[in-house]
Amino acid sequence: MTAIVHAHHTPTLSERLKDASAAAFIALILGIPMIGMTTVDQGGFLAVMTRWPQLALFVGLTFAGRILFSLALETIKRRSQGRKSGKSAASAAEAANAALKRGTKPESVIGWLAVGIAVALPIFFSEDRYIIDIATSVLIYIMLGWGLNVVVGLAGLLDLGYVAFYAVGAYTYALLSTQFGWGFWEALPVAGGLAALFGVLLGWPTLRLRGDYLAIVTLGFGEIIRLLLVNWTELSGGPNGITSIPRPSVFGYAFLPPDTEGSIADLLGIEFSPMHRLLFLYYLILLLALLTNLFVTAMRRLPLGRAWEAVREDEIACKAMGINVTTVKLSAFAIGAMLGGFAGVFFAARQGFISPESFTFSESAIILAIVVLGGMGSQLGVVLAALVLVMLPELGRDFAEYRMLLFGFAMIVIMVWRPGGILANRTPTLIHVPTGDKA
Amino acid sequence: MTGKTLLSVQNLTMRFGGLTAIDNLSLNVPDQAITGIIGPNGAGKTTFFNCLTGFYKPTEGAVTLNHPTKGPIRLADLPSHKVAQAAQVVRTFQNIRLFAQMTVLENLVVAQHNALQKASMFSIAGLLRLPGYRKAAGEAVERALSWLKRLNLMDIVNVPAGALPYGTQRRVEIARALCVNPLLLCLDEPAAGLNPKESAELNTLLLHLVREEGVSILLIEHDMSVVMNVSDHICVLNYGRKIAEGTPAEIRVDPNVIKAYLGEDEDDQPVEKAS
Amino acid sequence: MAQALQQLINGLTLGSVYGLIAIGYTMVYGIIGMINFAHGDVYMVSAFIAVTTFTLLAALGVSSVPLALLVVLVVAVLFTSAYGWTVERTAYRPLRNSTRLAPLISAIGMSIFLQNMVQVTQGARVKPVPPMLSDGITLFTSGSYSVRISSAQILIIVLTVVLMAGFTWLITRTAFGRQQRACEQDRLVTAFLGYNVDRIISLTFMIGAALAAVAGVMVTMYYGVVDFYIGFVAGIKAFTAAVLGGVGSLPGAMLGGLIIGLLESFWASYLSPEYKDIGTFVILIMVLMFRPSGLLGRPEVEKV
Repeated sequence: MTAIVHAHHTPTLSERLKDASAAAFIALILGIPMIGMTTVDQGGFLAVMTRWPQLALFVGLTFAGRILFSLALETIKRRSQGRKSGKSAASAAEAANAALKRGTKPESVIGWLAVGIAVALPIFFSEDRYIIDIATSVLIYIMLGWGLNVVVGLAGLLDLGYVAFYAVGAYTYALLSTQFGWGFWEALPVAGGLAALFGVLLGWPTLRLRGDYLAIVTLGFGEIIRLLLVNWTELSGGPNGITSIPRPSVFGYAFLPPDTEGSIADLLGIEFSPMHRLLFLYYLILLLALLTNLFVTAMRRLPLGRAWEAVREDEIACKAMGINVTTVKLSAFAIGAMLGGFAGVFFAARQGFISPESFTFSESAIILAIVVLGGMGSQLGVVLAALVLVMLPELGRDFAEYRMLLFGFAMIVIMVWRPGGILANRTPTLIHVPTGDKA
Repeated sequence: MTGKTLLSVQNLTMRFGGLTAIDNLSLNVPDQAITGIIGPNGAGKTTFFNCLTGFYKPTEGAVTLNHPTKGPIRLADLPSHKVAQAAQVVRTFQNIRLFAQMTVLENLVVAQHNALQKASMFSIAGLLRLPGYRKAAGEAVERALSWLKRLNLMDIVNVPAGALPYGTQRRVEIARALCVNPLLLCLDEPAAGLNPKESAELNTLLLHLVREEGVSILLIEHDMSVVMNVSDHICVLNYGRKIAEGTPAEIRVDPNVIKAYLGEDEDDQPVEKAS
Repeated sequence: MAQALQQLINGLTLGSVYGLIAIGYTMVYGIIGMINFAHGDVYMVSAFIAVTTFTLLAALGVSSVPLALLVVLVVAVLFTSAYGWTVERTAYRPLRNSTRLAPLISAIGMSIFLQNMVQVTQGARVKPVPPMLSDGITLFTSGSYSVRISSAQILIIVLTVVLMAGFTWLITRTAFGRQQRACEQDRLVTAFLGYNVDRIISLTFMIGAALAAVAGVMVTMYYGVVDFYIGFVAGIKAFTAAVLGGVGSLPGAMLGGLIIGLLESFWASYLSPEYKDIGTFVILIMVLMFRPSGLLGRPEVEKV
């Protein structure tokens, strides 16, 4: 459907003020029951508390913000109108070739830089437990983001229940290790395989569903898994979860205090420090994340990866080309789920204990936010978004509360501004250079 | 033309609830020839294509492809991707369905998915970069490039398909369909949006495909400069029914066809079909 | 037998609430072809507004329950409609012409935003209100089990019936209803005919929000406790109800709501209360897999 385009004119001051006043008025209406008033617990029953100064501040900020916003919008519009927009094939070709020349270089430079920093980080902060912890958390989310990217970014299947596969991986390792004495490395492939199986099971009912319905059904599946984990106590330990999950070992030797059997410190003759285990875990997740990245990047260049993207672009055209859309979609679910499962195994091993509380819809939403905000399909974007997501609450206690608030807001803003995501800029997997092909 | 029938349509009927979109259509599409399907808007031409290629399941009737090596294949029983893969019947779309964010080259390579997927052995051979896969991948790119050269699209090979102008997109879609290695190529209004020079080039291409490459073509078109000049055989539809069939010369003077397109005068009598 | 009758009453009450919320989903889907992911959270906001207003009225010394209820209904409907309008204006309208995925994600963002906004401004703890209208009529007693219907339940069911009747009249007999139905069929043509499509869509969102507000007030009064998570749960159930009844069909939404409500009550009572929510999800998946047009909906044919 064509949009109706209005003739462009610069708003006068009074128009701007009217527009901002309208926005401020809306803010007032919305704010009265939520910001202006609230109820507080007075020992068993509620009493009303008013916060008119905060409401006034909110309204004022909205007014000012609206004016700034419309000024900024105009500046952007003016700048973009200056650029030529040629629709001829020749100019499109020029633009594409120019983009190719400059497009891939900065991204790969930044990518290598990021890897370098990630590898070197613990060397500089080897005594700072706090930094290593945060970095480890960031890497888990990066890995989850890259995994979900396969389903949402590449195949275009809006999965709102991704946390289910994360949970399958975590609980599989937890059960195998606590009930059957399996080690981390033995459980890893099994958990990944089981998660992939769940990916197929949960993906299969969604095959003929359109975007919104697919999202809701996957959300439902995520909730079903969580409810099962909470209530099926014999299997999952119920709301209390599973504890005493063993940490990963290196060829049978664990990070235990000296003079304990199988202690690495004894083996290597080095001084024992609790930091060793943390550093090992950090490098482990770094390795897993890098392998995930290599794997997904490689898949993009293979027929299956291209088929994922083609299915995202136009399913009907795919069918007309002979592509079995069903198997392509299920493979995206399975592989995305498998990666989530691997992340789940690491999560369980790192924490030592898991419970259904870690696998709520909020987690799925956070991972989705990372993929969307970073730019669907963009590997680097996921890294940036994960960094912001994990670091924001650490910047101050107040920020923790506002973290998800800001994220929800950011999701709306980014979708309105750039529906493809911040770093959405697809790098082609095949480039023809007149003397030879780069694939 | 070999004189054989490649596609045999028998009593095809397609009903949507109370609406009959195709009514008892029977048609033999000759092998290695160009068959045009024409008719006023809403005559059921695209619906016909959808029935052929597995996107609609016909209410009644049979569609049989006489494959040179696999024998007769009943198309109506197949899902759409099998129609392209097993029966090698490939179609383009009235509204152009390219993979917009992928480049022209990628579009053409994706079209060769099935062969490549087999060569990559569930991606394992691909991940390990085994020589068998790399050879297949190289060949796929070569095939894509050769079609692009043939259709004069080499200058936009790395451009995202969505950024191209309309006429170019049409040609890319045809090139992509050719990469699927079709026996029967079903083109839905390939000349829409083309200027006279491009239409003439399309005519040359279609004739070349039939004569040198052995591809049979089924063509829905409104542009008479294309249909009349290249078709060996034309079938005219109106309100879902076949109202005329024959060579371009016969169709041009058929009174039923003229009436369908131009309407009738009050004192015209209904005319009996001659064949 | 008595237990079954009681569950029937409880189920109809619960179902009415789900039906009211489901109408919002179905109307929005009918007119813009998308799920309003934030609808459940708008319902949640209305419940919190109800709590605050009830508390305020109690502090002001209003002791008449009908009066308090009336005031709370009006207040909640007004403010919640404003929220509904804002959701459409910020998360949906700018993306009306973009891909399918973008408005859905922006609505998810809105949903997250609303949930956390309430959490931040109102506190993360549950909010209790004093029980209201819990007196009622005992219908009959069988052995030691009495079947009763409380005043609250009577009010909810009656109010829902009245609203449904009024609503059907609005959609079928008024000019606005005709414009709305025209918009559902073909938005572009409706615009060409000179109707303000933007306003029709805004009003649709607002009406959906208003009905959700009624549901929110009823639920606050009925259960006596609200928390910021009720929107998520009720949202999925009401959405399931809309799909079950046939997305786009108003009577379907109410029918779906009643079925889900009854199912939930019976499941919780006879099978297991912990797994009652799973039943709803399973229904959703079954319907979407085997009969996506629902009970009363029209099937969609995609144009190739």
